[in-house]
Amino acid sequence: MDPQRKRKIRLVVALSVAVFLAVALIYTSFSASTEAKEPSQILSSAPGTTYDMTGKVVPGSIRHDGEGLRFRVEDREGGGETMAVAYAGTVPDPFRGGREIVLTGALAHGVFVGERDTLVTKCPSKFTTSNDS
Amino acid sequence: MTASFGSAALALAFAALVGAVALALRGRNGDERRVVAARRVVYGACALLTLCVVLIEISFARDDFSLNIVQQHSSIETPSFYKLAAMWSSQEGSLLLWAWVLSIASSLALYTTRNRLREVVPYATAVMAGVGAFFTGLMLFAGGVNPFASLDPAPADGIGLNPLLQHPSMMIHPPMLYSGYVAFTIPFAFAIGALVTRRLDAAWIRATRRFALIAWALLGFGLLLGARWSYTELGWGGYWAWDPVENAALMPWLIGTAFLHSIMVQEKRGMLKVWNACLIVATFSLALLGTFLVRSGVLQSIHAFGDNTVGPYILGLIAVVVLGSTALIVSRLDDLRSEKRIDSLVSRESVFLVNNFLLVALCAAIFWGTFFPLISELFTGEKSSLAAPWFDRYTTPLAILLVLFTGIGPLLAWRRVSWASARRVFRAPTIAAVAVGVALALLTDAASKPWALALFVFAAFALVGIGQEFWRGAAARRSLRGGSLPAALVGLVSANRRRYGGYVVHVGVAVLLIGIAASSSFQTNRDVELRPGESATIDGRTVTYVRPTAAADPDKITFGAVLAVRDGGKRYVLRPSQRFYRPTGVPIGTIGSNFEGEQTSEVGLWAGFGSDFWTAVRPDVTAVKRRVRAADRGFRACVSGGPGAPPQCRALAAMMRAAAANPALMPAASQQIGALQLATATRIARTYLGDDASATFRVIVNPLVTWIWIGGLIALVGALIAIWPTRRTRRGLAADTELEALKEAKYREIRDAELDHAAGKLSDEDFALLDAELRREAVEILDRDNGSANGHREEADRSAEPV
Repeated sequence: MDPQRKRKIRLVVALSVAVFLAVALIYTSFSASTEAKEPSQILSSAPGTTYDMTGKVVPGSIRHDGEGLRFRVEDREGGGETMAVAYAGTVPDPFRGGREIVLTGALAHGVFVGERDTLVTKCPSKFTTSNDS
Repeated sequence: MTASFGSAALALAFAALVGAVALALRGRNGDERRVVAARRVVYGACALLTLCVVLIEISFARDDFSLNIVQQHSSIETPSFYKLAAMWSSQEGSLLLWAWVLSIASSLALYTTRNRLREVVPYATAVMAGVGAFFTGLMLFAGGVNPFASLDPAPADGIGLNPLLQHPSMMIHPPMLYSGYVAFTIPFAFAIGALVTRRLDAAWIRATRRFALIAWALLGFGLLLGARWSYTELGWGGYWAWDPVENAALMPWLIGTAFLHSIMVQEKRGMLKVWNACLIVATFSLALLGTFLVRSGVLQSIHAFGDNTVGPYILGLIAVVVLGSTALIVSRLDDLRSEKRIDSLVSRESVFLVNNFLLVALCAAIFWGTFFPLISELFTGEKSSLAAPWFDRYTTPLAILLVLFTGIGPLLAWRRVSWASARRVFRAPTIAAVAVGVALALLTDAASKPWALALFVFAAFALVGIGQEFWRGAAARRSLRGGSLPAALVGLVSANRRRYGGYVVHVGVAVLLIGIAASSSFQTNRDVELRPGESATIDGRTVTYVRPTAAADPDKITFGAVLAVRDGGKRYVLRPSQRFYRPTGVPIGTIGSNFEGEQTSEVGLWAGFGSDFWTAVRPDVTAVKRRVRAADRGFRACVSGGPGAPPQCRALAAMMRAAAANPALMPAASQQIGALQLATATRIARTYLGDDASATFRVIVNPLVTWIWIGGLIALVGALIAIWPTRRTRRGLAADTELEALKEAKYREIRDAELDHAAGKLSDEDFALLDAELRREAVEILDRDNGSANGHREEADRSAEPV
């Protein structure tokens, strides 16, 4: 085979693999992603759908309940309705009242039930200039 | 005093860097004096920024709270060790670190190239000084991020360093990552210089390859330290979470890896010039993007960042870099044409192409996943995010293919390999891989996780293949030079550091990936609730909660557990604990405030070569908290008590009233109350021991996780071998001309081919063809040196001394 043609074939193969990968990335990411919502948005949507809830833990609301935890969350900017959360499993160290968390779960009977080991707490104040830690 | 002195030094450094840009650009047409002046001004800026860093560190060491940065990130009680690390826990301090490390790297790069690349250096100087001026200017003009911002009057104490950051890793993890990001500026700057001047042979690569390698090693080591930190400290038990900030550091490392491989193809064959230029621009842009992500808050991350002032500026710089470089590359496409074509698909350069493709695909997948929240918001209006399983779906197969190619690459020679030689070198690794696969499938449950099994098989292929390379190379050297086998091995590695250092890195990466595959696929992870005396059995190991522990310190209360573990014949004791810190920056609080501050886990870890036994504890402190609240109420009642209160209460109340009226008495009062609170806290903490309270334990049996750290360290050693200069390169760095470097590179190629032949990687016919080709190329180079071709032909023969 002449080298020009060989090079062309190689290029076509490489490009089609790249296009295939790109399409796969786009397709799977839209189907596999979970929507991120704040507590007030979740409360006003239909129960049963799984969301990534991002919210702030209401200070003083954390209660241990057997192996699980119960607490309330509010929107990150504060204010609005608070939502009850039930979560089983251990929590990361930085978890406490007033801290922002991300938790995957769904609303059931007015309580947001988190999936085990999906609770992520934001590391505090690594680069903040204000004193909020 | 420090503030004004430091601000002046910072402003001078900025002026110097701007001046260096102007001088270098005015000297671009061969005005040597201006270029030399620009270089010296960069040295000067480096000295000034060093002064700034020293001033900041002295202020931290001396508790100079008149500086805002010290007041916000340190306190009198902060341990001295962490006072020194506190600089880079702040926004402004980390920017200063960026600028400082860049000024050091720029100075080193300009020093080593002072007699070379006369056309390229002015532009490279301008780019390096320009980036330095950008970051220095950011501190001065962006607002709120000047490290020398002062407070008047100076507060008596600082807020302190967040307890979560008080870990030995804090001392090295951030500087390593930063140095890695920063050092990629050097090859980027020289690439831009080469593009502008159309000097697009491999000269810029030879001059900056070592910087790229150092950057790569530092970034990789920083990532490894971060993973280790997360594993032992966060009470979560994982080492990687596909968090945006982790991804931001991984992406430039992956593209940097691709760059380090493909530049070899340009050095040896004059190919992939456009590709290499694109890779280094991408690496540098991703490094900037990492710096930006950490400071912008555009993505949800476990690392929360509050400040937005510098984000837009860095984004602007990224836009300038990406658009400017792309335009430059497009305008130089004619000069970037390859000098040669790939001879054969079975050659090292074509394996490098595949490896580049895999690494870039890996980075593309991670990039897409990391920025998906922004992408989905753009298209659907909803911020959606992707979790770890999505990342795993792409990274697992790509990592498995990569480990296969880390094994194939070293087995193939450059240019072309006949099928007969290929079969010979592939035999042993293939047999080993099949044997390992069959053994694992029959003897263990590895077959239940096909991806992991595939990775083990390919890793076995890579490890045996590279082992064979060392073995055959050493045997060949021994047959040529005599001596013992170990001596031949050492001689082989030290005479061919780039090649064998690289192979050691491959071994490290294969080992590291084995650790990741095993620990992520075969982990047992359980949460158990136990009372003192109770036991649980996890994965064949019996854990007994022997007794609780408790302790109170001025800054924290600690509750822990003593666990006895019986693991077959082995017995060991683990002591996980949880610390409850007081909020920092509050002079006198209640004892209860301990439960409002940070919490950290001290992990109880039994690390073994087979598997780790990892434990963390969540004590149930409900009863303790009740007693603390009662004690706090009692204390308040005591000091606000009327005439009927006990005498010591009245004395305490009088002291607090006096301190409130006269601030000078405050330290003494707070010390006395602190001591009283500590005594009470200690008494209450001890009651926990008698509570018989249950505690929740997270127990993880993590197979082969230790090999992640071992593999990482092996890779680091390999990188150091490759970086360490030989006597030849030291001579080269000192006074070499570009032609000398070119000759040296060609001789090394000839030596490589001879070694490959002696080691049986090249058949006699392959070698004869290749050797003739290489010697012809060497003579062409020598002919450029204005001499008679005949004399040089002899020189070519002589210099290519046997391995």
